[in-house]
Amino acid sequence: MLSAAIQVAYALLGLSIALAAYRLLRGPDVVDRVLALDTMYVNSAALLVLYGLELGRDHYYEAALVIAMLGFVTTVVLAKFLTRGDVIE
Amino acid sequence: MDAGTLFEGMVAALVVAGAAFSLIGSLGLVRMRDFYTRLHGPSKATTIGIGSLLVASALYLSVRGPNLSLHEFMISLFIAITTPVASHLLAKAAKHRNVPGSEAWTPGDQERKR
Repeated sequence: MLSAAIQVAYALLGLSIALAAYRLLRGPDVVDRVLALDTMYVNSAALLVLYGLELGRDHYYEAALVIAMLGFVTTVVLAKFLTRGDVIE
Repeated sequence: MDAGTLFEGMVAALVVAGAAFSLIGSLGLVRMRDFYTRLHGPSKATTIGIGSLLVASALYLSVRGPNLSLHEFMISLFIAITTPVASHLLAKAAKHRNVPGSEAWTPGDQERKR
């Protein structure tokens, strides 16, 4: 039962990354693209967590944590750049 | 139904619910009409989505693994703290760039034309 649920969850997460990628390519404004990129980061971290759950080991949590941190830093820096035209003043 | 099956069913329900929440968030990102409404989908739904996936994983690895596994909640806490901050900064950037909001809506259209 759990392995079937994990396969279903892979499909749902993949579809959600594909939808975010559609918004990333479509726009219309650059802030939409940044938001789509942030969503893709979080969903990728969720995919890694799911893979660790499928294997039954916790080797992938560090990778998921690093992806989540990089996603946050990327979003903050891009938003700062769009607001000020500069990252560090 | 024995306890092992019940436990696996619980973890399976949490996993599917988490992935479904993430999908609903991305669906909102695609279907909403302007940027400020689009911001709602991912910022709330993906927090709940990855949170419930991490709860499922912590439960499963604590029971089936060699020892208690709580470091999943570190990711959960981190996402819960950082997502509102990122959303706020993005909304500020959109305001600064004069991205039109609900005042540009017209009845019946799904997406603002620019």
